[in-house]
Amino acid sequence: MSLFIIVALPFLGALLPGLMNSAGRAACAGVTFTVSLLAFVGLLTNLPSVIAGEVVTARVDWMPHLGLNFTLMLDGLGFFFALLILGIGLLIITYARHYLSRKDNMGEFFTYLLLFQGAMVGIVLSDNILLLLIFWELTSLSSFLLIGYWKHLPEGRQGARMALTVTGMGGLAMIGGMLILGQIVGSYDLSVILQNRALIQADPLYVPALILILLGCFTKSAQFPFHFWLPHAMAAPTPVSAYLHSATMVKAGIFLMARMWPVLSGTPEWFMIVTTAGLVTMVLGAVIALFKHDLKALLAFSTVSHLGLITMLLGTGTAFGAMAAVFHILNHATFKAALFMSAGIIDHEAHTRDIRRLGGLRKLMPVTFGVATLAALSMAGIPLLNGFLSKEMMLEEAGHTVLFGMPLLVPVMATVGSLFSAAYCFRLIGHVFLGPVRDDYPATPHDPGPGLWMPPGILVVLVVVIGVAPFMAEPFVKIVTASVLGEAADVPKNYIKIWHGLVPALYMSIVAVVGGLLLMMVFNPALRLWDAAPRPEAKRIFEAIVETAAAVARTLILPLHNGSFTRYAAIGTVAIVGAGLHAWSTGQVGAPTREAQPADLVQIAGWLMLVAATGGLVLMHRNRLLSLILIGIVGLMVSVGFVFFSAPDLAMTQFTVEVVTIILLLLALNFLPKTTPVESTMLRRIRDAGIAIAGGLATFALAHHYLLRDAIAAPISEFHLANSYKGGGGTNVVNVILVDFRGFDTYGEIIVLGIAALLIYALTETLLSSNVRARLLNRQPDQPRAGNQHPMMMVVLTRVIMPIVLLVGFYIFLRGHNEPGGGFIAGLIVSIAVVMQYMASGFGWASDRLRYPYHGVIGAGVLIAGMTGIGSWFVGKPFLTSDFTYVRIPPFEKFELATAALFDLGVFLAVVGAVMLSLESFSRLARTAHTEESDHPMDIDPSRDEPEREGA
Amino acid sequence: MELLVSSAIGVLTAGGIYLMLRLRTFPVILGISLLTYAVNVFLFASGRLTVGAPPILRDGVEVYTDPLPQALVLTAIVISFGMTAVVVMIGLGAYLGSNDDHVDDQPTSDDTSGGAA
Repeated sequence: MSLFIIVALPFLGALLPGLMNSAGRAACAGVTFTVSLLAFVGLLTNLPSVIAGEVVTARVDWMPHLGLNFTLMLDGLGFFFALLILGIGLLIITYARHYLSRKDNMGEFFTYLLLFQGAMVGIVLSDNILLLLIFWELTSLSSFLLIGYWKHLPEGRQGARMALTVTGMGGLAMIGGMLILGQIVGSYDLSVILQNRALIQADPLYVPALILILLGCFTKSAQFPFHFWLPHAMAAPTPVSAYLHSATMVKAGIFLMARMWPVLSGTPEWFMIVTTAGLVTMVLGAVIALFKHDLKALLAFSTVSHLGLITMLLGTGTAFGAMAAVFHILNHATFKAALFMSAGIIDHEAHTRDIRRLGGLRKLMPVTFGVATLAALSMAGIPLLNGFLSKEMMLEEAGHTVLFGMPLLVPVMATVGSLFSAAYCFRLIGHVFLGPVRDDYPATPHDPGPGLWMPPGILVVLVVVIGVAPFMAEPFVKIVTASVLGEAADVPKNYIKIWHGLVPALYMSIVAVVGGLLLMMVFNPALRLWDAAPRPEAKRIFEAIVETAAAVARTLILPLHNGSFTRYAAIGTVAIVGAGLHAWSTGQVGAPTREAQPADLVQIAGWLMLVAATGGLVLMHRNRLLSLILIGIVGLMVSVGFVFFSAPDLAMTQFTVEVVTIILLLLALNFLPKTTPVESTMLRRIRDAGIAIAGGLATFALAHHYLLRDAIAAPISEFHLANSYKGGGGTNVVNVILVDFRGFDTYGEIIVLGIAALLIYALTETLLSSNVRARLLNRQPDQPRAGNQHPMMMVVLTRVIMPIVLLVGFYIFLRGHNEPGGGFIAGLIVSIAVVMQYMASGFGWASDRLRYPYHGVIGAGVLIAGMTGIGSWFVGKPFLTSDFTYVRIPPFEKFELATAALFDLGVFLAVVGAVMLSLESFSRLARTAHTEESDHPMDIDPSRDEPEREGA
Repeated sequence: MELLVSSAIGVLTAGGIYLMLRLRTFPVILGISLLTYAVNVFLFASGRLTVGAPPILRDGVEVYTDPLPQALVLTAIVISFGMTAVVVMIGLGAYLGSNDDHVDDQPTSDDTSGGAA
């Protein structure tokens, strides 16, 4: 099966559990199981190629210019991890089906689980480190959701947050490391990076890259000093702990160290950092685990310890160490997942995980006892179980490792770690299962159904089979080791076997097991000693760090970010002007290349009007109606400026927009207070004026600077001028740019305009359905109303003007391609014609005569424009390619038909719809209980028979 | 002429910023409108100022002004209408809902600033 499908299956399948939720728990778990099983079988179909030593690849270029490609590869290492992820996943899904209670939302759980599974498979199959990083972050996120799955538990939420913080920060560090690595090699493809060991290790950036990548690995794999998040993540449901926090996710860091082993390992830095971290973690985790009373906490610290063991093995940098690491990954996944599931069973049946409240379960839960005991003995390193084999290999490797020039340090530490490891395994068996049966369990324990004990049972079968017949696992371990080593080293010739003769590792093993037993005998005094000893509480330290960071952030941000928008605007303006000033003063200013054009009196007069209107607006802005008139003058002068500087299209647009904007603001002012009170202090006004003048001077300087200089590169406008007629069939270049060259932009813009109008409509609806409606209806006009609201003169005049304005709009639309005009302007003109009818005869009268709702007009406009664009697909051209032809229908002159005109029609409709919908929404608010809605176009109509108005 | 246009842009910007820093919604909306004019004229002027050469192709005419900034500003004008309308609507909704047209939260309602309950 293609690798793409294997990676995609869990992600696609993640949609299913939620859908199957209503079909029942069995269906929900069943569909999840099927999805995983499909991916698992798909993976197995690739087994022959992996055994043959081939690397299966799949590749799709995603963003090749960034070096980010969707490339997957499957070699021995990837296959091994994918097998663990999907295989144990299947067992976990079965287990979770029976573990979760009826109150738990199973669809949600399995959705998260499949997301996690997909991300995890993605990590181990990625051939591109950027892609790998994406999947890496996805596992952090999905693990956050899974740890916090029981949202009602505060420990769950805190644990989830801590895990996300630690692994997320590690992930960020790793992104940095990976980018450095990619820069060194010049490619982000793993297969290329793995070929460049010498190049990478010689680079001065090797050490920073190594440290950053190791930060990612250590946080993910809970290595000292980042080990503290893993025990807190145990607040998750047990299936999650068994899956993520023992078998798969915490091994992602180990996986990455193994993946990068050929290029990163073998240097003194690698050896020192990785071996030390691993060794410390191994011993520390084992010691803490022994004194934990919560079964899951004990297992969590034991996981930390074993992850340290694997890390140490990878750190030694020898081929034998790598092989031992691979073998221990396999063994640890089997016995630890089985132990976690057993702990879950005990919790599920006895309703407690506290070891002090358990004991004597051997007789009550014989099946669970068998499963857990075999797994625990394997973890303790008892012969004929798989844990013994890899622990022997570890001790063997430790015996040859010299750290800090002390030959005894590593072997002694490794033995101490194993000793404590054996001790907590014995404690687990002894204090939970052995001893007398008690009568004070929170619930009566008994063996669960096979749904719960079968999954760990299957794993324990593997524990025993590998333990008794290691030669069966050996070929597989060697294939995986070969792909870890790459070309850096040869696979060791050593055989994995139970009896190696009387070698030092055997003595160390015996010391560990016997020592562990002895330690158990003095457990109670040792516990008292441990409880009396002061030790740092990681959670408190973590929380203190988070608190400090939050406090620092608060003191930095709150003065800037206090909820006052005017303050943000002021700070933003000052910052922009400051940045501009900095650029201006540090850059170089060239000499003017253009000559200033002379100005005559008319222009100066226009300038004076604009400046006077703006000044007046600022000075008199408290009188809101007056300020509307003044801003109208400003807009008018801007339009005149556009005409003068050869932009007739802009002038027409600005002019018509000005009209609708003023109408809009008038409608709004109808509700708002008519004056602005004096509130700000003089000091504040001076400050604001200072900021405003600085901003004004800055834009003035910038504009003046570039108006007197030519662009540093030739503008692309030459192309538009040259091709407007030849390629677009129109002589109005601005219009051809809008509907043809940059038609896609315009298409987006009419959509934005439509969305803005719909937003206004939605806000109106919300207001009218809230308590604002009553207030609006009972509103007393604060100013005297005109007695004649729909005056006859105005009604008659607007009716007469209407066809003329429509004709003008039509004309402007048609000629738009060749002369100033076009869809935008025609749309605005037609809107004004319609708005006049509303103004003359009232909202009720006008909307009764509305044949098409404005939403539909917007939609039709966008659709027509879109269909025009799609039409070009049928002739094999890209979206929005235009075409035109010239037609002659006697007796008219020859005229041109262009698909662009159809597009412009879409623009026209969208503009009409958007403008009308906005204005109509405002006027709907204006209807009050006091305004009588007349069915007639005007209040006084000599031709009407009725002597009196309705309702008067 | 360049001086006139650039100083007009500067005046419009200054007026716009000053009004944008006022405390009530209506002047802030007017300020944003003034800034819109300033920005549109600024963008338009990036095609440099040309008198009497509209970008309408004619036989025998060789000199045209730069059409591209015009096309960009044309849609900017229309979109800014849509955005002004949305902002006005939001301001209006806030005023109708709370009978208060301040831009900032008023401290009188809740003096205990900081931390959520």
